Amino acid sequence: MSKRPPIFPHRHLLGIEGLSRFDIEGLIDMADEAVDVSRQVEKARDSLRGRTQINLFFEASTRTQSSFEIAGKRLGADVMNMSVQTSSVKKGETLIDTAITLNAMRPDVIVVRHQAAGAVHLLARKVDCAVVNAGDGAHEHPTQALLDALTIRRNKGRVEGLNVAICGDILHSRVARSNIIALSALGARVRVVAPSTLLPSGVERMGVEVHRDMRSGLQDADVVMMLRLQRERMNGAFVPSSREYFRYFGLDAEKLAFAKPDALVMHPGPMNRGVEIESGVADGPQSRIREQVEMGVAVRMAVLVALARNMPNA
Amino acid sequence: MPPISHPPLALVNARLIDPAAGTVAQGGVLARDGAIADIGPRVTPGALASDVRVIDCAGDCVAPGLIDAQAFVGEPGAEYRETIASATAAAAAGGVTTIIARPDTQPPLDDPAVVDFLLRRARDTGVVRVAPMAALTRGREGREIAEIGLLTEAGAVAFGDGPRSLRNAQVMRRAMLYARDFGALIVHFPEDADLAGSGVMNAGEFASRLGLPGVPREAESIVLDRDMRLVAMTGARYHAALVSTAQSIEIVARAKSQGLPVTCGVSINHLALNENDIGDYRTFLKLRPPLRSEDERRALVAAVADGVIDVIVSDHDPQDVETKRLPFAEAEFGAVGLETMLSAGLRLVHSGDLTLPQLVRAMSLRPAEIFGLKQGRLEKGAPADLIRFDPDAPYVVDPEKLRSRCKNTPFDEARMQGRVKLTLVAGAVAEG
Repeated sequence: MSKRPPIFPHRHLLGIEGLSRFDIEGLIDMADEAVDVSRQVEKARDSLRGRTQINLFFEASTRTQSSFEIAGKRLGADVMNMSVQTSSVKKGETLIDTAITLNAMRPDVIVVRHQAAGAVHLLARKVDCAVVNAGDGAHEHPTQALLDALTIRRNKGRVEGLNVAICGDILHSRVARSNIIALSALGARVRVVAPSTLLPSGVERMGVEVHRDMRSGLQDADVVMMLRLQRERMNGAFVPSSREYFRYFGLDAEKLAFAKPDALVMHPGPMNRGVEIESGVADGPQSRIREQVEMGVAVRMAVLVALARNMPNA
Repeated sequence: MPPISHPPLALVNARLIDPAAGTVAQGGVLARDGAIADIGPRVTPGALASDVRVIDCAGDCVAPGLIDAQAFVGEPGAEYRETIASATAAAAAGGVTTIIARPDTQPPLDDPAVVDFLLRRARDTGVVRVAPMAALTRGREGREIAEIGLLTEAGAVAFGDGPRSLRNAQVMRRAMLYARDFGALIVHFPEDADLAGSGVMNAGEFASRLGLPGVPREAESIVLDRDMRLVAMTGARYHAALVSTAQSIEIVARAKSQGLPVTCGVSINHLALNENDIGDYRTFLKLRPPLRSEDERRALVAAVADGVIDVIVSDHDPQDVETKRLPFAEAEFGAVGLETMLSAGLRLVHSGDLTLPQLVRAMSLRPAEIFGLKQGRLEKGAPADLIRFDPDAPYVVDPEKLRSRCKNTPFDEARMQGRVKLTLVAGAVAEG
């Protein structure tokens, strides 16, 4: 983190939408350098020393919240975690009142996850500090897309020109939306693969190829990105059963063979083994799922540093 | 189903009814190894090898075996009403060589293992082919999509919840979306359960005079209209199992003209009978949808002739005496029909409303095309599922002689003209 990175011309990171290719590549470049920081014995940096970071999670999350927490702590910030179980939201406080209350405590950055699309944007308008979207409903999850792009680039040397197949519950996935925008901006050819019941309407106009079976969808893919299918969605409402879903859309060795032999297997986690992905593939040589988690910390450090540079008195 | 290997057999000196070409022509047909090996005027006794068994049809009609797109076969779960053995025996007697079995069995055909069971039972006990229609939703409850992919692999040819309409438009929309991905056909019984209510016959003057609650035509058209919009939205293949009104014909005709992948069927009862036949509360004529007025019946017949209605079914629904020997409103719906569907259909030919090829088309070729079966064609290479019938032979329907386990025929003691003399399935004699 010694070299001064390109200026990230935004106060918040609310989504990939609205970022330029230059913005995205700048963050990934920074994150790439941050990877080495985490691999050293001495991981402490001081870019955010004296800064207060609040992780405001309205929706339960283990990996994203801890990833942001570790990123903030390695950069020297004072990190406070606030989850819905302990907050006054349970007592009926509105999102805006929560925002105003937190704002009065003068944090420097708030990392927010909320179950409603657009909630993070609403909160960002009511506070004076930087806001990072850690997932809003089925809308965006920008740091996930950045860490996925970083993982791909570190393994393939590039993103441009690669065939990326995003498979599974596209309809409810903020990860899919952010990745479609980010990877397309970086020059990848993005496909989505899902049964029609799990595809958002008009998805074909989002600049992706749409496939409804894994064979055509994975053909010549350089990257196979699987999405989680929530349990409550696999019992007849969107797909008939987990066994039928696995049969036609679960990633097993047979279906992975449709992709290029060196295709990367990715998953944002947490996985449903035996539903959207077979254990043998999840833990196999093509899997980069654990690497994605490592890249997550690096990307979140990069995002926090980039936003900190734009803060007053930086 | 009998095994495939049989000595070659030829039907000669016949009137060949080709539903695809729409022709009736003099000639013969040779069946070998379960398939049609040759067909046409050159198939004559003199031109055949010595190992061929020759049947002289003496000018009778030969047509592709009928495909009944809607029949209840009783198994599993209602063996007291019908079994595959009795249903297929009735089918063979009536010239039906393929039955598409209804999914509302007990347990319902909503699990690949049950579909597999039915196919095995049909193989072991049936004399004609049985193709299962699987449930569209789990338990036929209209809430959760059934395993359309796995059920198709198990052998299901279509998906529907039997005589039960899917109320929830969101479930129907998702089921259509999902079915489309698998190229699966959805068969729906269009009836608004609330409008149909406790109705037992066609709403109107006659029902009012009899003091019976009626089912308005709109109970059918409202659901059908909704479904057409969902088909336009999703692109699913859709077949309305039974239509009974001129309004429905209009709706389907409009959808077809818009290029939607939509087809529909009608029961032979609704083409041959009307509400007045209910007469003095005859429960064998209590049907779903109800028999309508004579005007509606005429419109249905005309729609078969011009192809808006694709398929004629028997809607075979065996009901035992205990459920029919009751006051009209309390009796079960349904009538048997496998054995009489051709004879009843021939009434429309004799009356000049349909041609023989039009009738055979609606009873064999169109169901074959819609349900993805190879049968229904009178051409070289097609399965040798064939029937010989004399369209003029007179007889009186004797319920006691019906092969079905139940005798609830609306054509009780009716005079018929036209009877099946021989039924071949895969080139082997199933009846005759």
